[in-house]
Amino acid sequence: MDLNYGPKYDDFKKEVKSFCNEYKDLRFVDSSQSPLASNGKGKHGPELTRANWQKLLIERGYFARSVPKEYGGYGGDPDIIKSRIIATEFSKAKVPSGMGGQGIDMLVPTLLELGTEEQKQKYIMPTLHGEMIWCQGYSEPNAGSDLASLQTKGELIDDEWVINGQKIWTSTAQYAQMMFCLVRTEPDAPKHGGISYLLIPMDAPGIEIRPLVDMTLKAGFNEVFFTDVKVPATNIVGNRGEGWAVANATLSHERGSLADPNATMNRINMLIDLMKEESIDGKKLIDIPVYRDKLMALQGKVVAFQSHSLRTLSSKINPGQDVKLGKMIQKLVGTELRHELEGFAIDIMGEIGTLYEQSPLLRDGGSWQFIYMYFLGLIIGGGTSQIQKNIISERGLGMPREPKVKDN
Amino acid sequence: MYFGLSEDQEFFQENIKKFLDDNASVDVIRKIATDHPEHQKDIQEGLVSLGINSLLVPEEYGGLGLNILFATAVSQALGSGIAPSAFIGSYVMAPIAILNGGSEDQKKLYLPDVASGKITFAVGFSEFIGARENCEIIFKDGKLNGRSIFVLDSSDASHIMVADKDGKIYIALMDSEGLTKNHLTTVDKTRSFSEVVFKEVEVELLEKSKDTLNPIQKSIDAGRVALAADTVGAAQEMINKAVEYSKERKQFGRVIGSFQAVKHMCAEMTADLEPCYAMVWHAAHCIDEDEEDSRFMSCHSKAHTSEVGKAIAKKATEVHGGMGFTDLLGLHYWFKRIGVNRQLLGAPEIIREEAAKIQKLI
Repeated sequence: MDLNYGPKYDDFKKEVKSFCNEYKDLRFVDSSQSPLASNGKGKHGPELTRANWQKLLIERGYFARSVPKEYGGYGGDPDIIKSRIIATEFSKAKVPSGMGGQGIDMLVPTLLELGTEEQKQKYIMPTLHGEMIWCQGYSEPNAGSDLASLQTKGELIDDEWVINGQKIWTSTAQYAQMMFCLVRTEPDAPKHGGISYLLIPMDAPGIEIRPLVDMTLKAGFNEVFFTDVKVPATNIVGNRGEGWAVANATLSHERGSLADPNATMNRINMLIDLMKEESIDGKKLIDIPVYRDKLMALQGKVVAFQSHSLRTLSSKINPGQDVKLGKMIQKLVGTELRHELEGFAIDIMGEIGTLYEQSPLLRDGGSWQFIYMYFLGLIIGGGTSQIQKNIISERGLGMPREPKVKDN
Repeated sequence: MYFGLSEDQEFFQENIKKFLDDNASVDVIRKIATDHPEHQKDIQEGLVSLGINSLLVPEEYGGLGLNILFATAVSQALGSGIAPSAFIGSYVMAPIAILNGGSEDQKKLYLPDVASGKITFAVGFSEFIGARENCEIIFKDGKLNGRSIFVLDSSDASHIMVADKDGKIYIALMDSEGLTKNHLTTVDKTRSFSEVVFKEVEVELLEKSKDTLNPIQKSIDAGRVALAADTVGAAQEMINKAVEYSKERKQFGRVIGSFQAVKHMCAEMTADLEPCYAMVWHAAHCIDEDEEDSRFMSCHSKAHTSEVGKAIAKKATEVHGGMGFTDLLGLHYWFKRIGVNRQLLGAPEIIREEAAKIQKLI
């Protein structure tokens, strides 16, 4: 056990700390489309647009650190420890990290790994700079947990993909310039082998976007319909029929990013502050033993999850270390824990916890209710908790698959 | 940066597991539990020959000079094989208490004999953690009076180490005049617990425990982390047995492990337990590095793994169906070990309250 990152990281940590200190009161002058985005908290700190903040982060190497310079990244060597230091220090100082979103979290790593040179040149830089927003076209009304049964069709006609079908649960489709999309291009191939990964401009004729309002009334899903949508034949990542493998490369990125232990730790600290402020019958909530015991039980889970993230981090740095099961549980544990934590905050507030949107009585901007519901979405999205349990038991514990039902 | 057990630690674990596989099968455990408790002694001697008694004794006193993380790794292995042996009291809490509370003379007097296996301590700190009625330990004029319940690792101990509610630690010979030891029968027959009654017993005070809580707290912190690790080991073994059984047992024409109801139970147990490894190792490491967080981490480790252990003990038994409930498989020995670990050195509610105090939330 050695939790020191070593002397070569001490200077780096100092540098990140001082940057965070300089920008801890940062305030954004423009609004964000994401209800989870921070506006910055300072009144007297530096003011920046989100785009300029993003560029500054990349320039300093605090974002897109290992993405090559020619594609708009910082061009540093991949260094998991430095990434960890950045994430931890930003989180501690509550300085907003760079933009997220499916383009940055999922498409960029996929293109870096599997894209053509032309695709990398064309898409990565504007995506990192927040100028090109992506949405993900995976799920369909009849292809949710059983994603590989998707039916949206792509036919190659005269050097163009002609796409027909429908996608659902498409976050940010209404703002996106582009979609990365799974399409069935080889109808005669087996289920997993007939899919291709296509890049589709959202302004192509034949695309219709219909908003699908979710329970938070804010997060913003959509349904996207394709009627003879045409994109160039070169807008494919990987080969024809290899889309399933390409998508799986990115799904692992998504699952890792859904449950951030630093954010969970910040939320439990906010919860403690809330319990010190709120009172009932003249008693601070933190002084009520039943609440305090539940808080401590939750904190125990959060502490365990954070230590666990150090172990999985370690396995990325030390190639011999096997934490296979440890990685498989992250999405399940992280999203369920966060949902539980946010839900407990609502409970301790009682009726006040039910307020939403606008009210003078609202606590913490209504974030507890919003995130409570939002995380139910994350428990379901990106492979439901039940699918995660199938993965853990089948791939992790070697238990047999459920036998296939024979059609009558 | 490396977060995990070292090769040495894993190698030591393997040795213990192998020894227990060879010498402490369920049949042997059953024998010990029913009418032949003397077999416990053979197994303990075997484990002592592997070095479990001298892990935490520094080299200058003839021990292996290893750290709490090492002892935690060992505890995990002992838990997985539900080792019928003294460990947490005798070989974790006692040496840590002496190291932190003993004068140089006391260290020289006791530690080499612990390391050589010549003496063994039983440990009774219950009064400090949560005093029960009629159990007061009173020290006056060099003599101890009172009653200590739940003395750990007491069956073959030559010495006893007992704390009063102020955290002062006293040492006495088990065969001292005025000392009576009464065996306490718990559900867990793999370890021994006693009530010890003191009547004008001559004792020695651990020098530095006189005016600081540091010795007893260090000892309890280490004990709690080791207990947490024992639970992690035992719970993992229960999961392994459940998964294995579910791949063999057939109902409705297929192995029960192919039913999602069963698979999901196994996945949930795994998802609950997996972070406990990191938590327990992290807590041990914090103690080793004398980090500010070490008491906080040790409290949370003990409380959290107790909750996880309890849930796993139940679910893993359920996966075995009726067989899990029988004595035939002996699964209940793990169930009971986990159940007793949960209560020792503070049940979860008590420890969580302590965690809140440490953060000044009370």
